[in-house]
Amino acid sequence: MKEIDYEQIPILKIEDFLITSIQIPLHDRLAVKFQRDLLQKIEKTKAKGLVIDITAIDVVDSFITRILVEIAKMAKLMGVKTVLVGMRPEIAITLVEFGMELEGIMMALNLESGISLLRRVTNETNEERNVG
Amino acid sequence: MKLMDDERVVEVKSEYDIVIARAVVRAIAKDMGFGLVDQTRIATAVSELARNIVVHAGEGIILVREIIKGGSRGVEVLAIDQGPGISDIELVLRDGYSSKGSLGVGLGGAKRLVDEFEIKSAPGKGTTVRIVKWLSVR
Repeated sequence: MKEIDYEQIPILKIEDFLITSIQIPLHDRLAVKFQRDLLQKIEKTKAKGLVIDITAIDVVDSFITRILVEIAKMAKLMGVKTVLVGMRPEIAITLVEFGMELEGIMMALNLESGISLLRRVTNETNEERNVG
Repeated sequence: MKLMDDERVVEVKSEYDIVIARAVVRAIAKDMGFGLVDQTRIATAVSELARNIVVHAGEGIILVREIIKGGSRGVEVLAIDQGPGISDIELVLRDGYSSKGSLGVGLGGAKRLVDEFEIKSAPGKGTTVRIVKWLSVR
């Protein structure tokens, strides 16, 4: 019998982009599943961009940072740009003091600006392709 | 999770307990009057300590209590395990050091988020990390 997944992070598609919002605490197994789900969805939908909303996350520790950076790196290998949105002020303060860096990930204040940032950067990439 | 006098003890055995430890310490810090930024600093530091227990020792406890010293109130957290212990404490506090494939800012980063940070450990003797955040008088 297949195990039922009670814990799942939904991944939605709009235009050429995937949107996901992390609403539950990520633990190892869920993080691995989330990474795999995202990559499969990227392959299936041929998305060009990924928005990860972390509005509901109240602690970003070294583990979550590593997971987010890994997702962005994996997505990049599949030609997808990642934008992180919804970082709360207290988390931004803590991250800087802690000394953690979200390298390789674009940031935007909220979902709306995240999507417009993706539109801009994926258009630039298209133009580069057309010229080259 | 048990209530012992005014101490809260969280048994840390799996990664799910890391979430519980964070929630307990955040709730206590909030009750004591810590602001949102300090709550987040403390919860993040505790998250690192709890993860260290799970990754390096397998199991241990997180003990949270309110302390008073010279008219100052603070929250004290002890992370105690009977794991393999740390041979070079200076080394694990250095940024970029990671013994088990984590990001390598864990303990050093946690130290920067709190007011007091102390590690007692020796190989084979387990590890106790003590952190304190003082409630600043406004």
